[in-house]
Amino acid sequence: MEEKVATNSKNVSLPMSRVRLIMKSSPDVSCINQDALFLTTKATELFVQHLALSSYKNGSGKDTNTLSYSNLANAAEETETFQFLTDILPKKILARDYLKSLEEMEKDDDNL
Amino acid sequence: MAERPEDLNLPNAVITRIIKEALPDGVNVSKEARRAISQAASVFVLYATSCANNFAMKAKRKTLNAGDVMSAMEEMEFERFLQPLREALEAYKKGQKGKKEASEQKRKDKEKKNSTDENDKSRDEEEDEHMDDEQEGENEGEEEDVEN
Repeated sequence: MEEKVATNSKNVSLPMSRVRLIMKSSPDVSCINQDALFLTTKATELFVQHLALSSYKNGSGKDTNTLSYSNLANAAEETETFQFLTDILPKKILARDYLKSLEEMEKDDDNL
Repeated sequence: MAERPEDLNLPNAVITRIIKEALPDGVNVSKEARRAISQAASVFVLYATSCANNFAMKAKRKTLNAGDVMSAMEEMEFERFLQPLREALEAYKKGQKGKKEASEQKRKDKEKKNSTDENDKSRDEEEDEHMDDEQEGENEGEEEDVEN
């Protein structure tokens, strides 16, 4: 429902100049026509809504009424279309868990 | 090229508003989550640009066009965005065209006003009121365009 409202509004709220700057930071891109810039800006808005809503829906936050970082990290890991986000949305683990897995890896190496 | 790395971020206030609009009322979004979504949005722009650029290069074009962006969305498996994007683009084009027409209409009104200055007073006042209404409507439309 809420998604629909923003979809129907004919214009974009993100600044197109900023989106252009991000697009131009890609080395291969030389020119972007106005329609392509508009579409990318609009698509980014749809993406933000989609990412927020599906992370919230699949997450545990529904009980606490909160969208948390781990909801997003889970979505990046589990949803195929969000896989490109796994690098910037890494799952958080505790240092002691990390050290433990490191130790186990070393043990495995010794056994070889 | 961007001078500073923060130039490649999208404005947090706008991102927060878009998130709030997408989620049911009363849902809190942690600060960390907001920052992460904002970063994800920048990465999305780069990913979409790179996909779209591949389509442009395949067609031996230097300029990214609307079709390239649409093809990129398909390749990224965001087919769900295609229909809303088509509608938005159509409305955007109409808006651009409307802006042009509105400014032309304004010019015509001005000319009309000048030519009616000679006429008798009572009729003049009536027309002035009418024209003021029209201009107000146009200005609203323009303000909307400027926001973007």
